[in-house]
Amino acid sequence: MENIEQRIKKIVAEQLGVNEAEVKNESSFVNDLGADSLDTVELVMALEEEFECEIPDEQAEKINTVQEAIDYVTANTSAS
Amino acid sequence: MENKITLITGASRGIGQAIAIKLGQSGAVVIGTATTENGVSTINQYLEKSGIKGMGIALNVNDAEQINHALQTIREKFGEVEILVNNAGITRDNLLVRMKDEEWDDILETDLKSVFRLSRAVLRAMMKARYGRIINISSVVGAMGNLGQANYAAAKAGMFGFSKSLAREVGSRNITVNCVAPGFIDTDMTRALADEFQQSLIQHVPLGRLGRPEEVASAVAFLASSAAGYITGTTLHVNGGMYMD
Repeated sequence: MENIEQRIKKIVAEQLGVNEAEVKNESSFVNDLGADSLDTVELVMALEEEFECEIPDEQAEKINTVQEAIDYVTANTSAS
Repeated sequence: MENKITLITGASRGIGQAIAIKLGQSGAVVIGTATTENGVSTINQYLEKSGIKGMGIALNVNDAEQINHALQTIREKFGEVEILVNNAGITRDNLLVRMKDEEWDDILETDLKSVFRLSRAVLRAMMKARYGRIINISSVVGAMGNLGQANYAAAKAGMFGFSKSLAREVGSRNITVNCVAPGFIDTDMTRALADEFQQSLIQHVPLGRLGRPEEVASAVAFLASSAAGYITGTTLHVNGGMYMD
């Protein structure tokens, strides 16, 4: 079973159409991985689906990097 | 439009009904909304009579809860909405100097805010599917104004700006957003007008007659079809030449 970090990096790579090797913990979706604002909405939708949770908009807005996504999922789901 | 899941608000009569039948005959699965149970059974009756797959559903477009509930029902029975036709609308005519706040608010809420609410509610699934068609039924009045209808004209003109903005936002996801702006169409809404007013209206229509609901429905069917896949952020005027853009 892959851990949260691996699962999130895989989703980010898939959603943003980038190579998984480019996806680092500190990568910003917009600044480093070329996401536009709609991509970030879809990314959150994909995370919700993968981890079977609902991420409220005001929380979603604070998830700007891979690490922030990992932290959010770790703290708010039972996936770990 | 084969088996495309289509939601049409205000589908119990008039233009909405004509759109529902036209899209249904083109193969779409049609879910039509009405505010009353009576309206719902009217929809169910004509869908069945025309051999169209789908159903009528009760919905007050001003109620966010009801919108979620309706979409949930549609999801369970048919799947996610792929084509949305925002057709529901009302009028509360009055000269502006006499217009009450409620008359303004009712129209903006029912005719414009509902478009925002419903579009937002179907958008995520459309983004995910990389396919969607949103067609907003505006009015010639939104383009040229009409005395006694400052509220209605504001709401209908608001749809143009809304549609253009949304078209820009979601174009990259293969979702198109357009308006159809009917002129004076032969429906209950225009039949309520006095005869001499109707006659004077027709004088301003180069084609010399009221439009038929089916003629509006054809424009909607075109925008919903794959033939219109490269058209977004625009308005199709169906008004007999009464207003030329």
